[in-house]
Amino acid sequence: MLNELFPNVKPDDLWTAIEETFYMTLISVIGTIILGILLGLLLFLTAKDGLWQSKMLNFLVAAVVNIFRAIPFIILILLLFPFTDFLMGTIRGPKAALPALIIGSAPFYARLAEIALREVDKGVVEAAKAMGAKTHTIIFKVLLPESMPALVSGITVTAIALIGYTAVAGVIGAGGLGDFAYFYGFQRRDFDVVFVCTVLIVIIVFIFQFIGDFVANKLDKR
Amino acid sequence: MISIRGLTKVFPAKPNNIMAVDNLDLEINKGEIFGVIGYSGAGKSTFIRLLNRLEDPTSGQITIDEHDITSMPKQQLRRSRQEIGMIFQHFNLLWSRTVRENIAFPLEIAGVPKRKRLERVDELIELVGLSGREDAYPAQLSGGQKQRVGIARALANNPKVLLCDEATSALDPDTTDSILRLLVDINEKLGLTIILITHEMHVIRKICHRVAVMEAGKIAEQGEVLDVFLHPQQPVTKRFVEQVMGDKDQEDSLKILMENYQKGKVLRLHFLGETTNQAVISQVSKQFDVAVNILQGKVTQTQKGAYGTLFIHIDGEEAEIEKAIDYMESTSVEVEVDIDVK
Repeated sequence: MLNELFPNVKPDDLWTAIEETFYMTLISVIGTIILGILLGLLLFLTAKDGLWQSKMLNFLVAAVVNIFRAIPFIILILLLFPFTDFLMGTIRGPKAALPALIIGSAPFYARLAEIALREVDKGVVEAAKAMGAKTHTIIFKVLLPESMPALVSGITVTAIALIGYTAVAGVIGAGGLGDFAYFYGFQRRDFDVVFVCTVLIVIIVFIFQFIGDFVANKLDKR
Repeated sequence: MISIRGLTKVFPAKPNNIMAVDNLDLEINKGEIFGVIGYSGAGKSTFIRLLNRLEDPTSGQITIDEHDITSMPKQQLRRSRQEIGMIFQHFNLLWSRTVRENIAFPLEIAGVPKRKRLERVDELIELVGLSGREDAYPAQLSGGQKQRVGIARALANNPKVLLCDEATSALDPDTTDSILRLLVDINEKLGLTIILITHEMHVIRKICHRVAVMEAGKIAEQGEVLDVFLHPQQPVTKRFVEQVMGDKDQEDSLKILMENYQKGKVLRLHFLGETTNQAVISQVSKQFDVAVNILQGKVTQTQKGAYGTLFIHIDGEEAEIEKAIDYMESTSVEVEVDIDVK
C-alpha cells in the first residue's frame, strides 16, 4: 500500500537516510553537550563574582561564543570545509557534517548552560564553600547536579535545532533525510519523497522532545 | 576560643565606601552560645561571614582555637572550614539530594570513606530527630525539618564552632522554639561553641549566654544576657529589650489603673533569675496579712533564669506591708514602690 501512495520512495534508501540522520544528531548532541557545558561553565565561572572571576577570559569566551552563534549555519559549513577535510579526511557524508554541527550548536548550548548555571541558588554554593569544598567539588557536586533539569531542557532544544541543521547539511551532501528529500525528492520532482522525509523529521523531533521533557521531569525534585 | 582583633570590612562603593564591620574586638569563650543582635544593615551578616572567610576581611585578625584564620592559605582554610559548621536562614540544602545525601555531603568533601559516612549520617539523623525522613527530598520537608537537616549537615565533621546565620528567621514561632531547643541540646551534649546572629531578641533571651548588640558595624554593647536585659545602656539595646519586655506605653496605662486604688501600695517587682521558682507572691500572701493583686507584668525565661517585671497592688496594715516588702527584698527580687496611695 505504501508503494502505491509513495511510488518513488525506496524503503532501503529511506532507511539509510533515517540512520544517517540519527547518527549525525546523536553524535553531534554528545559533542555539543561536552563542548557546550565546558564553554557554559567558563562563561559562568569567569563572570563577575564567579569562582574564577576574570574579565579578560570572560570577554574572550563570550566573543568566541557570540561570533560562532552569529554565523549562519550554511555558511559555517562552507567555512569549515578545510578544517573538516583535515579532521575527517573527507567533506562528504554524515561524518563530515559532525564538526560543523558541533561547532555550530555548542555556542548556542553554552549560553543555555550558562543561564541554567546562573539559576543555581547562590546560598547553596556558599554553603558548599563554608564546608570547605574545592572548586571542582562545587562544579561537579553542586553546580551541575543542581542545574541538571535546566541543562537537560537546553539539550532538548539544542537537539531539535540540530535535527534541522542535519537537514541543511544534507543539501550539501551530508546524507540523512535532508539530503534524501533534496536530491531524490526535490531535484527529481518526486514530491512524495519530500513529504515522507518531512513527516519522518517531524516524528524524530517529537521523539526527542518527549524524551527530553520526560528526563527533565524525572530529575527535578524541587 | 575565638578572638577577634580590629576586624574591619569595607565594601567599595560609590560615592562612599560601606564600612560593614568597623574595627571590631571580641572574645568568645569555648562552649558558650554567643548571640549577636542588630537591625538589618548593622553588619552582623558580614561579621559572621568573616569568621569562616566567606568574606575576606579588609584588616584585622580572627583566631579560632589558636589558628589564625585571617592569614591562612586557601588549602588550609578549606580544612579549617570543615571544623566550622554553618547554618543559614534559607537552609541552603541541595534540592537534588535526599536528606541522607545532603548530610553526607560535607563528609564527602572531607574524604570520609563511604561506610563510615553512612554510619555517621545515621547518627546525625538520630541526633536531630529526623528518623524516618532519610530518603525524603528537601522539597518534601517543612521549614523546621529543613533546618534540622542543615544542622545535621553542619555537625557532620564534628566541628568545634557552629555559626548560625539568622537560622530561625524564616521559621514560625513554634518551629523556632524547637530549633532553639535543639541548638541548646547540641551545645550541652557536644560542648560546641555556637555563634548566632539574629534580629530577634527572644532568640537571644532563650538560648544565649552572652550577647553583643551591633550597630553601624560596631559593637554597641555586650555582656551576659541577663545584665544586658536588666541594664541596657544604649538606645539600640533598649529598643531590643522592649521587643520582648513590652514598652513604656503600657506603664502609662498602668498609672490610670492605679488611680482606682484608694489605699495600699503599687509595687514593681524585678525578677533577676533563680527566684521565680520560689513562688514569692504566694509566700507573701500566705505569710503576711495583706491582699495582693497582680496588675500586669511580663516575666520571661532566659538561659540564666527568669527575668521580668511584675506590677502588683498590695493592701493591708502599713506595718504588714512593710514586713512583706522586707521579705520580698530578702529574696533576690528587687522591689520598687511605684505609687504609695495614702
